[in-house]
Amino acid sequence: MSRAEAEVVAQGRAVSPLWTFGLLRSELRVTFRRWRTLALLVVLAGVPVLIGIAMKVDSGGSPEGGGGGGGPAFFSQVTQNGLFLVFAALAATLPVFLPMAVGVVAGDSIAGEAHSGTLRYLLVAPAGRSRLLLAKYATTLVFCLVATLVVAASALAVGALLFPVGEVMTISGVPIGFGEGLLRALAVAVAVAASLVGFAAVGLFVSTLTSSGIAAMATTVGLLITVQILDTIPQLDALGPYLFPHYWLSFADLLREPVYWDELGKNLGMQGVYAAVFGSAAWARFTSRDITA
Amino acid sequence: MAPNDTAQGTTEGTGGVRRRKAARYIVPVAVAGVAAATIGLVPALANAGDPDLPQLTAQELIEKIAASDTEQLSGNVKITTDLGLPNLDGIAKSLGGAEGGKGKGSGADPQAQLTKLVSGTHTLRVAADGPERQKVSILDDAAEYSLIHNGDDVWAYDSASNEAFHAKAPKDASGKPGKRQKLPEGAPTTPKEFAEQALKMAGKDTAVTVDGTAQVAGRDAYQLSVKPKQSGSTVADIRVAVDAKTGTPLKFTLLSTDGGKPVVEAGFTKVDFAKPAASTFDFTPPKGAKVTEADKLDGPKNDKNAPDFGLGKEFGKGGKGEDVKVIGQGWTSIAQIGTKSAKPAAGNGKDQLPPQAQGLMDSLGAKVSGSFGEGRVFSTRLVNALMTDDGRVFVGAVTKDALVKAANEAK
Repeated sequence: MSRAEAEVVAQGRAVSPLWTFGLLRSELRVTFRRWRTLALLVVLAGVPVLIGIAMKVDSGGSPEGGGGGGGPAFFSQVTQNGLFLVFAALAATLPVFLPMAVGVVAGDSIAGEAHSGTLRYLLVAPAGRSRLLLAKYATTLVFCLVATLVVAASALAVGALLFPVGEVMTISGVPIGFGEGLLRALAVAVAVAASLVGFAAVGLFVSTLTSSGIAAMATTVGLLITVQILDTIPQLDALGPYLFPHYWLSFADLLREPVYWDELGKNLGMQGVYAAVFGSAAWARFTSRDITA
Repeated sequence: MAPNDTAQGTTEGTGGVRRRKAARYIVPVAVAGVAAATIGLVPALANAGDPDLPQLTAQELIEKIAASDTEQLSGNVKITTDLGLPNLDGIAKSLGGAEGGKGKGSGADPQAQLTKLVSGTHTLRVAADGPERQKVSILDDAAEYSLIHNGDDVWAYDSASNEAFHAKAPKDASGKPGKRQKLPEGAPTTPKEFAEQALKMAGKDTAVTVDGTAQVAGRDAYQLSVKPKQSGSTVADIRVAVDAKTGTPLKFTLLSTDGGKPVVEAGFTKVDFAKPAASTFDFTPPKGAKVTEADKLDGPKNDKNAPDFGLGKEFGKGGKGEDVKVIGQGWTSIAQIGTKSAKPAAGNGKDQLPPQAQGLMDSLGAKVSGSFGEGRVFSTRLVNALMTDDGRVFVGAVTKDALVKAANEAK
């Protein structure tokens, strides 16, 4: 390495915080300007609209409302309180739609660049591979949060439009005010976004393994489905607590009064472990492989 | 050369690079290892070391329980039941969610809800403030079922179906609700209930000892061990962990003679003896919730006693059905339900199951015969039941042989 190059690298290191943020900003811009990302968000926003209209039509048919205990979580309360559409929509999108969108973004993050031949140009910037990986992961996490908030905001708007809003009945049977209900809804959205942290790391790791964006996305989403199936097989109960989607529904514990933290804590802990294990695996792979595309 | 075109560390020799590359994979492996070790070690450390408490005799310990004046507490209870039955939740669901609301009764009917506790692991939240106010909540996935007793009212609320159930609290002649009749009567909702039921049976047939100490919910506790002396019982050992300070039972464990995991394990995972907030016991049905009044329900659900879990039967007290006769005594007592010609009486809800479930029960029962005729034995790890072809049912926490023997001797 020549002296001049060493100086460039040293300079790059010296202004590292700025570089990281610059890199992150440009990554965010690239990701959120992509048509594919926007389409994913539109689809996600459409889910609560669909649920809301379906509930409205259904409750119009039977005046006493609440068609029994059937259906996914929180559905029976939606017609009484629009805010519950937020919880119902998140409960409906968390198992499939949200992680699928995250899997597309995470799987594409490195492999997509490699596939389109832009990865080596990114690496020319003196930001370093670790930092690029970090920026990619941070972008994916931002997408997790944005996607969740899009679902929540769309659900809130549709719920407020179609159904009455007001005091929220927690699932413990204790009412809380609408203001606190909104806060809980926000907390639920953040908890759902945090539930995707581990899966995003898995996606990132898969993305460093291959140079084909499509392959990485398919593998990531395939992994998601496989793990979810494994989680439902009763014979594999012992395995359950180690699978990342196992505590996903724990966000509902935020709607108990008082809040039941045990499972939420477990969920966050597990997401942290998954993020650490697969994040470091992605780092090990990405910083040690030769970039050929 | 661009600094980042190949892996970092190009200034070193190729061998060094290789080694450094490979070394990076140690990081995720190490992280996973540390995580696994932590997960494995934390419970082990938490259980480490039984507390050092002054010696007590069984008599002293039972007195401690009896003298316990704990009326205010709140906490989380974990109940794990392994009766050796298939998962009842699963069966109920596969039969098309019979409890949906179309059927008679209500999704918030306590009886239906409490039977859920018969299998699997459930987390309960309990709170009590004297005999007038109690609350029990079963925490489900994204739903909760609450039973609230506040003064004159008993409410049950099922958030999954958004249905509520209302009843007037039963009262004694004196007008003061007795302790026996408080809300969760018969239901294994607190370790205390379990312990009381088990201790009632203590007598000459039972060996009651203090068997060491334990930590339950972060509190020091004595272990009371109750063992049947009679042979033929399926119960090997009932262990009750009693809080050393307050004398409150904190954990209940029922071990079967077939070894393995406990049949029933119910214990506090968190407990607080402070007075729960008064608002805990307030309940008004939410807008739009379907409210079922207890006196509008038909049949045995209208029984004056709040939910009967049917556990009484397991402890030899006999069910509430008619024609119940108790054969034998103590641990080996067997309840005989129905007489020869009569149709089988309510066998713990079995006859309420749809035909598919009935078929399933048939396939689970093993055929036996004796001088009583022919019948089927339905066995669990704790309770065995013999259903004879002439319509009698023998139920008890005893072995199959003891059941057949009882049937042979019964008239």
